[in-house]
Amino acid sequence: MLSRFFNNRNSLGLLFMLPTAVLLLVFLTYPLGLGVWLGFTDTKIGGSGKFIGLANYAYLIGDSLAQLSLFNTVFYTVLASVLKFALGLWLALLLNKNLPFKSFFRAVVLLPWIVPTALSALAFWWLYDAQFSVISWVLTKMGLIHRYIDFLGDPWNARLSTVAANVWRGVPFVAISLLAGLQTISPSLYEAAAIDGATPLQQFRFITLPLLTPIIAVVMTFSVLFTFTDFQLIYVLTRGGPLNATHLMATLSFQRAIPGGSLGEGAALATMMIPFLLAAIMFSYFGLQRRGWQQGGDK
Amino acid sequence: MSTAHTASTVTQTGKAARSNKAETQGMDYLQSLPRRWVTVYIPLLLFVFVLLFPFYWMAITAFKPDAELLSQSGNPFWIVAPTLAHFKKLIFNTPYPEWMWNTVLVSTVATFTSLAASVFAAYAIERLRFQGAKQVGLGIFLAYLIPPSILFIPLAAIVFKLGLFDTRWALILTYPTFLIPFCTWLLMGYFRSIPYELEECALIDGATRWQILVKIILPLAVPGLISAGIFAFTLSWNEFIYALTFVSSSEIKTVPVGVVTELIEGDVYHWGALMAGALLGSLPVAVVYSFFVEYYVSGMTGAVKE
Repeated sequence: MLSRFFNNRNSLGLLFMLPTAVLLLVFLTYPLGLGVWLGFTDTKIGGSGKFIGLANYAYLIGDSLAQLSLFNTVFYTVLASVLKFALGLWLALLLNKNLPFKSFFRAVVLLPWIVPTALSALAFWWLYDAQFSVISWVLTKMGLIHRYIDFLGDPWNARLSTVAANVWRGVPFVAISLLAGLQTISPSLYEAAAIDGATPLQQFRFITLPLLTPIIAVVMTFSVLFTFTDFQLIYVLTRGGPLNATHLMATLSFQRAIPGGSLGEGAALATMMIPFLLAAIMFSYFGLQRRGWQQGGDK
Repeated sequence: MSTAHTASTVTQTGKAARSNKAETQGMDYLQSLPRRWVTVYIPLLLFVFVLLFPFYWMAITAFKPDAELLSQSGNPFWIVAPTLAHFKKLIFNTPYPEWMWNTVLVSTVATFTSLAASVFAAYAIERLRFQGAKQVGLGIFLAYLIPPSILFIPLAAIVFKLGLFDTRWALILTYPTFLIPFCTWLLMGYFRSIPYELEECALIDGATRWQILVKIILPLAVPGLISAGIFAFTLSWNEFIYALTFVSSSEIKTVPVGVVTELIEGDVYHWGALMAGALLGSLPVAVVYSFFVEYYVSGMTGAVKE
């Protein structure tokens, strides 16, 4: 009887799924629902709130700071993702060449992605220091600028500086993932194209790009997803300042909910990110659907 | 955080790559050497320089005496009189050693718990194929896409209600929410590559499912387990937002949160100590990484199956 239970796929499957299911239901699914619910209440930290309908959302839509954070988030995500894609693809193409010390380069390139973001952000904070920035020092010595750049003190400088730090951290991931994709493309395709007289640019446009599309779609979806919800980089570099110019929706919801104490409002702000994330996931889902020719007739 | 998924998609086309490895030279030999320098080596070296410079800067600042740090003259790229004062301050005058211990403890426990749960889950989804396994697999993938920054507020409420606020348990129990989906997804891909026939043979010989898992699947999946394990360890070591929200006492903070919230005091920043803290906090993951680079890259790109 017992052995039967342990060899039945359904009962054993249930048993094997149990630890995962319990942990994920309690600490993932339930909080997700609770977050949406909290968004409809006026809960404060340490107290229980009551249902107030769409009041949080109505307030946030009219709140100029929330509007600014939405703009910042979109700006940050779009610019950082475009740069990460362009630089990541370039780096992947470079690494795909026949290089000496290939594995060394591959290993070194991933470092920014491995190290805790909060800690590498501190290094950027020091690099961006208004008084002692080494970037300003070099530019001054070269005679390009005469006053030290206030990287994090001016709204637009701060926006661009945080994007730069984000790109620095994200490029390795994009590059290494795309490199894996590039390595699956058969060199014989390029040889055939070269014999037919295709230029390197044409080879890139008509062989590399189409064959890489499915992986690009997936990698960029992830990149967009995690850039859109980025928190630690901003928290460490600017805490949302100067003049809230770098507040993202995630940092603003943290500020409203934890130091500010309005869990309900913070949760509503976090919930407002979900539609954007869903859009990204749908994109990923359709990007995943490989067309027959992209699988090389295999399967 | 975003690797397991690419992992599995990349592998689907992995077959083609293998057959090409023997003939990788491609047409690179057609390019002349000067041209290669301009189009390949110089841009690559620039990339490597930019990607590594912040680490160099972190290291050099950590060993610089304060006088040199704040002097406007001299070459900032070099140290005249290296010092260990910042490290000494960090280790003896701040709770840094405790943060280190917390991070090690929380990361290790969370990693092993998640790995154990993921092995069972991945085996059940991939091999037991219980009714609804496919949907559960999809659910696991979707769970992986939920970013911590939309979960931390309700989780904070739950952690508070369970009385776990400001304890290590808060972190040990919440880290698996992003570790388990990731590890399960990676291991599912790995298990898929182990031939069914092995299990069938064992079943015919009278092995139970448990024996099959322990004696056949797990030994074959060791590289996958290492990949998942080191990834999980790195992810928990680097975690920030949960540790920032669920813990407030200094003695149970983790390294990233401790350095960011406690070493920055007032208007005068102790850059030397800050960078020393960042360097020491990055070192363990960098060391783990350097030992397992191949597992990392393959875990990331899904080449585990090769």
